[in-house]
Amino acid sequence: MSRKSHPHESAALHVSGEASYADDLREAAGTLYAAVGMSESAHANIRSMDLAAVKASAGVVAVLTAKDIPGINDCGPIIKDDPILADGLVQYIGQAVFVVVAESYMQARRAATKAVIDYDELPAVLKPLDAKAAESFVAPPMQLVRGSPQEKLANSPNRNSGTLSVGGQEQFYLEGQISYVIPKEDNQFHVYCSTQHPTEMQHAVAHALKLYFNQVLVETRRMGGGFGGKESQSAIFACLAAICANHLNRPVKLRLDRDDDMMITGKRHCFEYDYDIGFDDDGKILAAKIEMVTRAGYSADLSVPVATRAVCHFDNAYYLSDVDIAAFCAKTNTQSNTAFRGFGGPQGAIAIEYLIDNIARILGKDPLDIRKINYYGKTSRNTTPYGQTVEDNVIHELTAEIEASSDYHQRHSEIQAFNKTSPILKKGLALTPLKFGISFNVVHFNQAGALVHVYVDGSILVNHGGTEMGQGLNTKVAQVVSHVLGVDLGIVRATPTDTSKVANTSATAASTGTDLNGKAAENAALKIRKRLCDLFVERFGGEVDDILFADNNVRNGSHEISFNELVEQAYLERIQLWSDGFYKTPELNWNKDTLTGRPFYYYAYGASVSEVLIDTLTGEWKLLRADLLHDAGNSINPAIDMGQVEGAFIQGMGWLTTEELKWTPKGKLATHAPSTYKIPAVNDCPDDLRVKLFDNKSKFDTIMRSKAVGEPPLLLGFSVFFAIRDAIASVADYTQNPELNAPATPEAILSAITGLQQP
Amino acid sequence: MKLNVNGKDHDVDVEADMPLLWVLRDEIGLTGTKFGCGIAQCGACTVHVDGQSVRSCSHPVGQVNGKVTTIEGIGSPDVMSKVQEAWIEHQTPQCGYCQSGQIMSATALLTFNPDPTDEDIDRAMAGNICRCGAYPRIRAAIHATAKSMKEA
Repeated sequence: MSRKSHPHESAALHVSGEASYADDLREAAGTLYAAVGMSESAHANIRSMDLAAVKASAGVVAVLTAKDIPGINDCGPIIKDDPILADGLVQYIGQAVFVVVAESYMQARRAATKAVIDYDELPAVLKPLDAKAAESFVAPPMQLVRGSPQEKLANSPNRNSGTLSVGGQEQFYLEGQISYVIPKEDNQFHVYCSTQHPTEMQHAVAHALKLYFNQVLVETRRMGGGFGGKESQSAIFACLAAICANHLNRPVKLRLDRDDDMMITGKRHCFEYDYDIGFDDDGKILAAKIEMVTRAGYSADLSVPVATRAVCHFDNAYYLSDVDIAAFCAKTNTQSNTAFRGFGGPQGAIAIEYLIDNIARILGKDPLDIRKINYYGKTSRNTTPYGQTVEDNVIHELTAEIEASSDYHQRHSEIQAFNKTSPILKKGLALTPLKFGISFNVVHFNQAGALVHVYVDGSILVNHGGTEMGQGLNTKVAQVVSHVLGVDLGIVRATPTDTSKVANTSATAASTGTDLNGKAAENAALKIRKRLCDLFVERFGGEVDDILFADNNVRNGSHEISFNELVEQAYLERIQLWSDGFYKTPELNWNKDTLTGRPFYYYAYGASVSEVLIDTLTGEWKLLRADLLHDAGNSINPAIDMGQVEGAFIQGMGWLTTEELKWTPKGKLATHAPSTYKIPAVNDCPDDLRVKLFDNKSKFDTIMRSKAVGEPPLLLGFSVFFAIRDAIASVADYTQNPELNAPATPEAILSAITGLQQP
Repeated sequence: MKLNVNGKDHDVDVEADMPLLWVLRDEIGLTGTKFGCGIAQCGACTVHVDGQSVRSCSHPVGQVNGKVTTIEGIGSPDVMSKVQEAWIEHQTPQCGYCQSGQIMSATALLTFNPDPTDEDIDRAMAGNICRCGAYPRIRAAIHATAKSMKEA
C-alpha cells in the first residue's frame, strides 16, 4: 500500500463545493458576528477611547475592551507579551483595541470603524536594523560559534564581506482567519476554529475566560490553507470570539476580512544579513561569520524558535568547519511575525547560498562546482555547527541525478552563448540544493496521539492530533491504518481534529504531521491487530507472526477469514476493538543555551534547476523551465507529496520574487490585499516544469520509511532567485556579484543591473 | 427579488447592493462559493451568470440579469462534470478552498474555448489564485478535460 497515489480524502468534496470550512457550518440560532477595532498608531499610549458611536451603530449588541476579559489578557504562544486587546498601550498599526458584536457581519464591520481614539504618540521603531541599533529585542540575542572563525577568516587567502536583505512573506491562506464559538451548558465552550494548533487555542481560550482546559473544546475539520499563519496567530481570534460568546451567552462568529487579516497578523520574518566569509582558491569555505537580524515585530510570538531554525539552517547542505552565527530578534512596531512554511530554515539557508554564489563569481567558477566541493561528506566533514552528525546524506547522488536529467552543463554553455549575442534579453541558470532538518526544535513537542475505532460492521474511524490544511495528512494517516489492518482505504475515515478526543497535542507544523500522527495511528492500529491476531490463533491455531492482514482478509497458511467476520467474532468475545496510540520521536536532545544537540531526527534533501529570461531594460523576467528533484523517502502517497513539492516551489519562488511587503513611513502596512500584494498566479508558472521524487528510503524508523515533505521543498524556489542573479551577472560578463536583494522584483533587478560597472 | 440559481427560482428579501456572494451563502445556503478577498482579486467567489464568469463578492445582486450557476450546479460528488472528474484524476486540490472558483473559471473557459492552449489558460485563469500552488495540475486538468470533450 505504500507509494500509492490515492486521491485526497476530500477530493470529491473539494471539487463539488461540499467540503465544509468553518464559515460553511450551519449556524446556530442567535448567532452574532464580531469585528475588530484596530489601532491607528504604531506606538502610543491611548489617552482616551470614545466608543459611543460604535455602540450606537446599527445592529450593535456589545462593544468589549480589555477590561471585559475575565481571565488573562494574553494569547502569546511562549512569552506572555501578546495582549488579546490592547490595554492602554498600542504597539503597531492594526493591533486589536476593542471588539464589536452585531446582528450581522457588515453591521459589526461598519461599527468597528466608528471609534474615536486619542493617542499619545510614542517613538516607533519600524526597521529591524534600527531596532538592533537601539538594542530593542523581543528576546536575548543568540550565537553559535564553532572552531576559530575569527582566526581562520584572518588567514584565508580570499575574503568576501557584505550585506543582504531578504523580505518577509504574507501567508495568504485563501480562507482567512475564523473562529466560531458556541457556549454550552455549565460554562463550556465549543470552538470551531481554522487553526493548525487546536490544543493551543484551547489553552488560550481557557486562560482568557478563566476556565479549566476541560471546559473548552476546539474542533478543526480542515483549513483553507495555513502555511504557519494559523499556528499561533489563530489564537487572538479564537479568544476574541470566545470572550464575546461568554459575555453575551450567544454563539459568536469572528471571520476576518482580508485586509484586516493582513493588517493584524504576522508574516514570514524578513532578515537582514551581515556576512564575512573566507575561502581557498578552489572555493572551499574556510570560515564564515554571519549576523542575522530579523523583524520579530512587536512581540515574541514564535520569533525565537524561528531564529533558532535559521541558525540551524545557515549550513544548508555545506560543511562549515569554523563558523560564527549570530541572530537577533528585533522588536519593531509592526505585526508580530510568526511561522511560515520553513520557519526560519529558508532564511538561514538562503544566506549561505548567496555566499556560495559570490565565491563562484569571485573565482570565475561555476557556482555548482563551489556547491559540490563544500557539500557535507558522508563519513567525514559531516558534523553540523550545532553538533549533529549528518547520517543520511544523499545530496551528492541527488545532485548528480538532477545535473544529468536537467542537462545542466549543456544548457549552461548554451545560455552563456545566448547571452553573448543578446544585448537586452539575458538568460540565467542555477542549480540549488537543500537539506532540511525534520522535528520540532523543542524536544517535547515531538509527541502525538491517535484513536482508532473499528466498528462492528468493519468500518474504521481514525482520529489524531494533527490538522488537515490541504497537505493530505488525513489521507496519509488513513492509508497507514488501512495498511496495518489490511482493509480498503475507502472503509477508513479520518474525523475532525478535536481536543476532546486526543489531548495535549502539538501543532501541525515543522513538517512533522505525518511523521508524528501517522506513527501514533499505526501504534493504535497495531494494538487492535494484535488482539485480532490472538483471537485468530485461538480459533485456528498457528503462530501470530504468520498471520497476514491484506485484501480485507486475515489469513495464515491454512485458514482465511474476512476482516469483517473476525471483527464480529471479536466483538462477541468482548475484545476491545478500539485503541489509543502514542508516539514520541526518538533520539532527540537540544540545549537551547548552547544551541547544540540533536534537534532533528533526520534530514530531507532536494535540488532544483531553474532557467530564467530577464529583460535588462524593464527588469521583467520569466521562468522558462524548472526541474525539481525531491527526497520524500519512501513516499506514502507520491501524488500528494509531488503536489507539496510543486506548491512549495511556487510559494518559495513567490517569496523571493514578486511578494513584497511595504510599510508607510508611519508604520502602516501598505500591502494588505491581493491588489497590492502579488502572490504567484498560473501565468507565473513555467511552461516546462519537471518534477520527480528522489528514489530513497529514510535511514531512520520513520512512518513507512517516508520523509516529511511540507516545508523542505520551499527551498527549491532558491534556484529561481539565483538564476535571476546569474542572468544579471551576465551583463558584466560574470565578473561582478550583482547586489540583488529578495524579493527580486523588477525594481530590484533593475537596481542590481544599474549597480554593475559596465565593462 | 427573484433569483434563478442552479435552475431553481428563489425569492430573496435583500438590498439590491448586497453582493451576490452573500445572497448565495447566507440567504440561499449555498456555501460552495467562497469568500477570499472581497475585492474581486482572488477568484474564490467565481460563479456564472448565463455561463459567464462573475466575481460574486463584488457583484451586487441587483445587477444580476440572468441565470446564476454555482459550483453546486456544476456537479455533485455523485454526478460530476468532466472538469470535476479531471480535477480529481489530476489530484488538483490541496486545501481546496479556491477550487470552486477555479472550476467555475475553467468550466467557463472550456465552454467558450474547447481546446485552450497554455496561454489561453493563463489568460483565463490568472485571476484565480491558489496559495497551495496547484497551478501545474490546474493546467493539466484543463487540457485533460478538453481532450475528453473531444473524444466524447
